[in-house]
Amino acid sequence: MNISPAAIPAYDPKVDAPKPHHPIYDYDSGPPVNRGKFAIWLFLATEIMFFTGLIGTYIVLRMGAATWPDPADRLAVDITALNTFFLIVSSATMVKGVERAMVGDNGGLIKWLALTVLIGSIFVGIQAYEYAVLIKDGNLPNVDIFWSTFYAMTGFHGIHVAVGVIWNLCILIAAIFRKIPQEKYMKVELAGLYWHFVDLVWVLLFTIVYLM
Amino acid sequence: MSTHTTHAPHATPHLQPGEGEPGTVREHHDHHELGFLRKWIFSVDHKVIGLQFLFSGLVFLALGGLMAMAIRYQLAWPWRPMPGLAWMFPATGGAISPEFYTMLFTMHGTIMIFFVMIPLLTGAFGNFLIPLMIGAPDMAFPKLNMFGYWTMIPAFFFILLGFFVEGGHAAGGWTSYPPLSTIEAAAPGSLTGQTCWLMGLTWVGVSSMMGAVNYVTTIVKMRAPGLTMMRLPLSIWGLMITSLLQLFALPVLTAASIMQLLDRTMNTGFFTPTNLLVNNITPDSFAYGSQAAAAGGQPLLWQHLFWFYSHPAVYILVLPAMGFTSDILAVHARKPVFGYKPMVYSMSAIAGLGFIVWGHHMFTSGMNPALGMTFMVSTVMIALPSAIKVFNWLGTLWGGRIHLRTPMLFACAFVSMFIIGGLSGIWMAATPVDIYIHDTYIVVAHFHYVVFAGSLFAIFAAIYHWFPKMFGRLMNETMGKIHFVGSFIFTNMTFYMMHQLGVAGLMRRTADPYAYDVYQHLQPINEFITISAFCMFAWQIFFVVNFFHSMFWGKRVGRNPWNAASLEWDAPSPPGHGNFDKQLEVYRGAYEFSSPEVAEDFIPQTRKI
Repeated sequence: MNISPAAIPAYDPKVDAPKPHHPIYDYDSGPPVNRGKFAIWLFLATEIMFFTGLIGTYIVLRMGAATWPDPADRLAVDITALNTFFLIVSSATMVKGVERAMVGDNGGLIKWLALTVLIGSIFVGIQAYEYAVLIKDGNLPNVDIFWSTFYAMTGFHGIHVAVGVIWNLCILIAAIFRKIPQEKYMKVELAGLYWHFVDLVWVLLFTIVYLM
Repeated sequence: MSTHTTHAPHATPHLQPGEGEPGTVREHHDHHELGFLRKWIFSVDHKVIGLQFLFSGLVFLALGGLMAMAIRYQLAWPWRPMPGLAWMFPATGGAISPEFYTMLFTMHGTIMIFFVMIPLLTGAFGNFLIPLMIGAPDMAFPKLNMFGYWTMIPAFFFILLGFFVEGGHAAGGWTSYPPLSTIEAAAPGSLTGQTCWLMGLTWVGVSSMMGAVNYVTTIVKMRAPGLTMMRLPLSIWGLMITSLLQLFALPVLTAASIMQLLDRTMNTGFFTPTNLLVNNITPDSFAYGSQAAAAGGQPLLWQHLFWFYSHPAVYILVLPAMGFTSDILAVHARKPVFGYKPMVYSMSAIAGLGFIVWGHHMFTSGMNPALGMTFMVSTVMIALPSAIKVFNWLGTLWGGRIHLRTPMLFACAFVSMFIIGGLSGIWMAATPVDIYIHDTYIVVAHFHYVVFAGSLFAIFAAIYHWFPKMFGRLMNETMGKIHFVGSFIFTNMTFYMMHQLGVAGLMRRTADPYAYDVYQHLQPINEFITISAFCMFAWQIFFVVNFFHSMFWGKRVGRNPWNAASLEWDAPSPPGHGNFDKQLEVYRGAYEFSSPEVAEDFIPQTRKI
């Protein structure tokens, strides 16, 4: 065994100095999927785990509770059912928007995206109205564990919808003033993936919080 | 990363960085000098961001270390006026208060795990090494990377703010079990301090999440041509598996800490059971402000949510360290890593099992025995992949031409001390054993052997090993060896003795265990540990001096001082903006040392034969 290390070579400018002006290649090694799309799927995985934490808490607390109120007695299920329908429709308009962006139809993209933003805003508006009525009636998160879980889950979902509306609005503004060319349709698709995720979470939340 | 694209004949125009198709040529502009602010503060360069994480991590390491010294002082000489802190306690003549002691160990643990080890391993080395070791010009999303460090700034702010609020910083232990942490009446640290703690942790979580998305995307999508996944250096595998753990486990802790934050600020009742009495105060008084808090929650739920993240976090703390050690052992023993693929699979197995073992932290919390059995078996199974790794490290050293330079010494120390910490982990996982030793100094000894003597030694190894790449200079070898010998001896003197304390039943998290007669005979051992710990802390001066001196006046070296084969040594030292002179092409794995095919004793990954 040789434990005396070999001498470390000194700095040699001819070999070791940076070599000027070479083009840098940006090689794509991975599966044939856009980097942004790959990253947004990873991000959505973290979002799934985040809502799993919230929903799991709800399930554990509800199963462990001696009694649990019937949601229909406490929540306006019919209005929220309509709201759920709106959000599902907005997913469909988003799909149409992405489809238009893929073929480079900027006008069609603006139309469908504006519709998505509008319906998304309606959803947030109805939820805000629902909150206002509940709070006016004194149903605050500190009243009991039903309201604690209700506000945490629907509140964080509402924040996510609001973020999605703002994201879509930014793309809409870009589409109106700068035009989104066909090869940049991925911008729209990424927002679309997030939007569908938010929609999907709501379908779950509506079912377990309002209906069950 | 340059944002300009040249319109090569077949390139698609308007490509953003990170959207390049294979073969897209990007013009490389690095000849305009950036100002200080752009270069060091608002940098999007992965190397600079890595150094930002490195320096803030080392500053917090010193802070957390000082807290450990204060803890040790109290344990050796309870209620003796504490040097440097006595002015804070005029009423007792300088002796610290029990609440202050509780705050010290809470914040020592919090800072060391969330503000030192995770940022150093994934933030500093993850950022610095990933693009260099895979032959990429930068991260996939440089701006996201910059935000990843920026979100650490509010985390630093809140975690430091907590020291200055009424009641002091959080004092519920680094695990923050409710109702101790959620009910103000429970402890002085459960005033604003706990809120600062939760805010700080949430921001760290956001930062880690951004980093993890970026690391995985970069490793999967930006490897140089020819660099297949099974040719990646093991450091990169360790960092990638760590990032996956962060992606899937961390959001649960974020959700849990947000719920605890809501319990504290909006009086929700997630973790507050019905009819709870704390310090003879009824639930109506738990409220913050004028309103009563909700009840009907479950304190045990926090423990499940917390450990669902924080047990995988243990592997977040050790997997990158395992990767660095594998690389360093191979380079300095001049041998390929023994069993490369088993190394990769065992790291994956450790991470996978890490998700289903969290209950072993809760054997004494109250649990269905059948469930405890499941957690016990799955925990003991982690010994298998861990043992595979240890034997492969030994196999790597076996018959090698070992060059005992400083990084190698620290890496060997990692292996040997990981064995001690890992072995105590196995029998500690057995439910009946755990019920006896739970919350004793055995546990403290165990996790300090893994995290301090293991991971931190691997970080030291990595700093000595990659310092030439970071600054273009070598760290002083003699000083490094002095640093190693002292650290190694004093670390073992400190933590090995804690096993004896634990077997004797000494409880952790107790400001004055000698108030109980049965523990009074343990004070001499505690004095010995404290003096060893002081020596170990003081000994780090050799590292600090060496680090800063070598940064400016160390021996200037070239691209590849260690004759290592992996890609980062192909870049200039320190690498400029864009890292490499050209697009690298890879023809082999990262560990072709002492190959009979060539006259030299190593073949770089880029050489075609």
